[in-house]
Amino acid sequence: MLRINIDACNGCGLCEQTCAVDAIHVVDGIAEIEQESCTGCGGCVDVCEPAALFMEGQELEEKNNALAEWSGIWIYAECRNGELAPVSLELLGEGRRLADIRETKLSAVLFTDETSNLTAQLISHGADTVYLVENPIFGNFYEDANAAVLTDLARRYKPETILAGATAIGRSFIPRVAASLRTGLTADCTCLGIQENGDLLQSRPAFGGNVMAAVLCSGTRPQMATVHPMVMKPLETDPDRKGEVVKVDVEESLFDTKIRVNNFVPLESEGVALNEADIVVAGGRGLENEEGFKLVEELAEVLGGAVAASRAAVDSGWISATRMVGQTGQTVRPRIYIACGISGAIQHTVGMQSAETIIAINRDPDAPVFDIATYGVVGDAFEVLPRLIEKLKQMKA
Amino acid sequence: MKIVVCVKQVPEGNVRLDPETNNLCREGVGAVINPYDLHALEEAVRLKEEHSCTVTVISMGPPQAEDVLRESLARGADHGYLICDRAFAGSDTLATTYTLSRAIEKIGGADLILCGKLAIDGDTAQVGPELASWLGIPHVAAVRKVVLTAADRKFTVERMMDDGYEEVEVEYPALFTVVREINKPRFSSLKGKMRAKKADIPVLTSKDIEADDRYVGLRGSPTWVSGVFAPEQPDSRGRRIEGTAEEQASDLAEILSPLI
Amino acid sequence: MDYFLTEEQQMIVDVAGQITDELIIPQRAELDESEEYPTEILDAIAEADLFGLYIPEEYGGLGGGMFEMVLALEQFGRGCTGVATAFAASGLGAIPILMAGSEEMKQKYMPQIAGGKRRAAFGLTEAGAGSDAGAIQTTAVLDGDEWVINGTKQWITNAGEAEVYTIIALTDKNKGARGASMFVVEDGDPGFSYGEKEKKMGIRTSSTRELIFKDCRIPKDRMIGRQGTGFITVMKTLDMSRPGIAILGVGLGQAALDEAVPYAKQRIQFGKPIISFQAVQHMLADMAINVEAARSLVYSAARHIDAHPKDMSKASSMCKIFATDVAMKATTDAVQVMGGYGYMRDYPVEKMMRDAKILQIYEGTNQIQRNVVGQELNKEYAGNS
Repeated sequence: MLRINIDACNGCGLCEQTCAVDAIHVVDGIAEIEQESCTGCGGCVDVCEPAALFMEGQELEEKNNALAEWSGIWIYAECRNGELAPVSLELLGEGRRLADIRETKLSAVLFTDETSNLTAQLISHGADTVYLVENPIFGNFYEDANAAVLTDLARRYKPETILAGATAIGRSFIPRVAASLRTGLTADCTCLGIQENGDLLQSRPAFGGNVMAAVLCSGTRPQMATVHPMVMKPLETDPDRKGEVVKVDVEESLFDTKIRVNNFVPLESEGVALNEADIVVAGGRGLENEEGFKLVEELAEVLGGAVAASRAAVDSGWISATRMVGQTGQTVRPRIYIACGISGAIQHTVGMQSAETIIAINRDPDAPVFDIATYGVVGDAFEVLPRLIEKLKQMKA
Repeated sequence: MKIVVCVKQVPEGNVRLDPETNNLCREGVGAVINPYDLHALEEAVRLKEEHSCTVTVISMGPPQAEDVLRESLARGADHGYLICDRAFAGSDTLATTYTLSRAIEKIGGADLILCGKLAIDGDTAQVGPELASWLGIPHVAAVRKVVLTAADRKFTVERMMDDGYEEVEVEYPALFTVVREINKPRFSSLKGKMRAKKADIPVLTSKDIEADDRYVGLRGSPTWVSGVFAPEQPDSRGRRIEGTAEEQASDLAEILSPLI
Repeated sequence: MDYFLTEEQQMIVDVAGQITDELIIPQRAELDESEEYPTEILDAIAEADLFGLYIPEEYGGLGGGMFEMVLALEQFGRGCTGVATAFAASGLGAIPILMAGSEEMKQKYMPQIAGGKRRAAFGLTEAGAGSDAGAIQTTAVLDGDEWVINGTKQWITNAGEAEVYTIIALTDKNKGARGASMFVVEDGDPGFSYGEKEKKMGIRTSSTRELIFKDCRIPKDRMIGRQGTGFITVMKTLDMSRPGIAILGVGLGQAALDEAVPYAKQRIQFGKPIISFQAVQHMLADMAINVEAARSLVYSAARHIDAHPKDMSKASSMCKIFATDVAMKATTDAVQVMGGYGYMRDYPVEKMMRDAKILQIYEGTNQIQRNVVGQELNKEYAGNS
């Protein structure tokens, strides 16, 4: 199939002139392919100066022959201090759905330092198989050892797909695994699908969160993705579900690590913890500066809520990154979420759209945040917020 | 000690999707150093001031990416290399990190490689860990503090976890990706800017770094973007609160009053 | 307007502009409120090499002139007159050493000042000697190998924050103007202390205090230049530095314009943006004309001074008067254009208006400057009477 790399295309139009069947048109400086008309002759590929056009099939034919050897869906069951990370159960829920579509098995991979009942929990949440590796080293997180062991398991058992949580741990060591396996990895997905040929359709916000990109990894296996926490739904636990636990012995050298973990310091919460707050007041670019952002802090204080921010506010240094909500930050589900001066790019809304009530204050009547807001205030936060704070204070008094 | 900092040129502000044509609107978008990479650079320069180090910045990108290398020099880096070749076009993180790993080996390796935790355009946070994998060195991601004990050839760093941070020790060579809390990047200095303007910034091509062409560019990139689409607009447009600021504030106070 | 800056001069504008936009402007309201000295900002300016702009390369500077200094000051002035004053005052304090100090003295102090590691301040004014600088009462008496200084300097910018002070004192009370000499006093010298921080109308982040000398003893070699040349040094210093104050007016006027125009475009009254009303347009136009004219005059004066002419007083005084009067008018008009909002502390123009006032007063009031221009005219046309 003829494909185009839009980053490389310079819109020169040579391909359009060359194409005998009129299957290529340059629109807005980028060549577009009409797949229905394309005969796959490859004439355009030869004339394409920046090598933006290419034939997908040829390059990957060899690899394709081997693709069938890989089967099944794996999820990496992240566990810390003897407990499963919530995202692991979410992955099982999503993995189960995909495995059923693909009519294949869903397995969980569990690395642990102690024998525990976690395997049962994984099975009751949807796993058909649990690959269990036990070693004292897994009491802590070691990027290199974790990656080495998972890489080894993937090479031996050849799963078609590996999913992991886009947590601090997942986002750190899963890329190492992908690179070792010479395969593709899509970061922080918010939506997954499976195509008939087994290709995993991995979607995530891109380009600053204004658009979604759908990513495929057609030519190599396993296809790997990290998945944004709190997006996928876990299954109801079913204690009657049956599954198999496979204890895997791994060569001792794979546990070698060049990293030593000294101590853990829990995050000091600045004010109310974000993911536990009933009320979250968030500020964004529209607050203009640190001074403006103080209005958000004041409102949160009056309401006894937590302060949050969009990436724009964090990037401007008005507040610490621990307070960021959205794709690169935390996901929150408060009763009330008040978004002040936040336009509502999906980079942000992915982290707060499941709030019960969303109140948005923004100057721009067309801001996308109003599409998800329960109450929309088109107005100047600098005028509305001080008045609102004053009124709430009076009510309190 | 040799420190290599990987920097990326990213578009300033957001690229938008034309809702009607589904085309990317790129016009009028400036280019800047990925903000996270500025912190990686600052940390390298800070280490240079405390210990004897050389700081080399590398960037893979189009010829214009030379600008971010010059800016890095103005902010205290010693050398810059631009990794630039048409063959690299269309690289995903796997191909990018292979290419970077070849370039780092070509310029003599490094004791420490510093990257920003993520680039604000791609947002993958994959380049650091994948690069470490290609180079076969340990990495620690999301680092918020770096202390070098040169005598023991080791670093003590703090890495961010979801629920706190951990102090870990790593012998070098190693790679860290840094978060923005780690430091406050300095401004470019006048002397630095003048030096940067005159500096020679060699270009490394695919041939220069002796790259295996199966691993670079599109061919070396297993992932590809099959489509770009506007996010679903959940059709839950709620009530608009109209009126003057005073009236709007009153209505909101009313809505929030049960919480007080 | 394009002033055809060289590549290096443009770099100065870029470096100073970045610090202004990213560091000064975001903090200025808070600094104004807290009246705290902007140490973090001055350290960043030092790291960017800008304290050494006008200092020759052999003393660790960049070897630029007044024009280069003016380019940086214009940017800082656009951000905050208080911060810019703190920065400029260090330059003012250093000029006497640079101009009249011995080689040894320059080697001792200039590299540290150029690197921003030590800041300088200039001490002339006293309670009874403002515009009448000749009325100073502070004395310096030689006692063995030491000068013993007694007296009090008033309203000294950077007092308590600087490490190096260049001050003037009478070494011979009977000789009048020829009886004054300049000295370097260092923070920590015995008998040298500071008064309380003054509470000011504007430029509140800059530090203004008294320098108190009670039998302050300093080594003999701290005298700048020869004995009795103090007033000449002071006058030459001020001639040189005045464009530095003038340009703060240009920066401030520009900042006021930069606030007023976007506001006028966005503020709707009678169903239209107020910029569509001629009454408002004319105020904005006058601001723009005056600021550009002031900029041209200050740039020209700075370049004139860099050519080391004998007659720099008139050019230097003219640009100081014009540009600072423009700043006062432009900031007042910006408040007017923005109406009630402009008067509120939530918006930056009220601070600009408060800051503008000092520009007409310090480093020689605009009335004294007009005297200078008048006297110079009298001299120039000497043969025409």
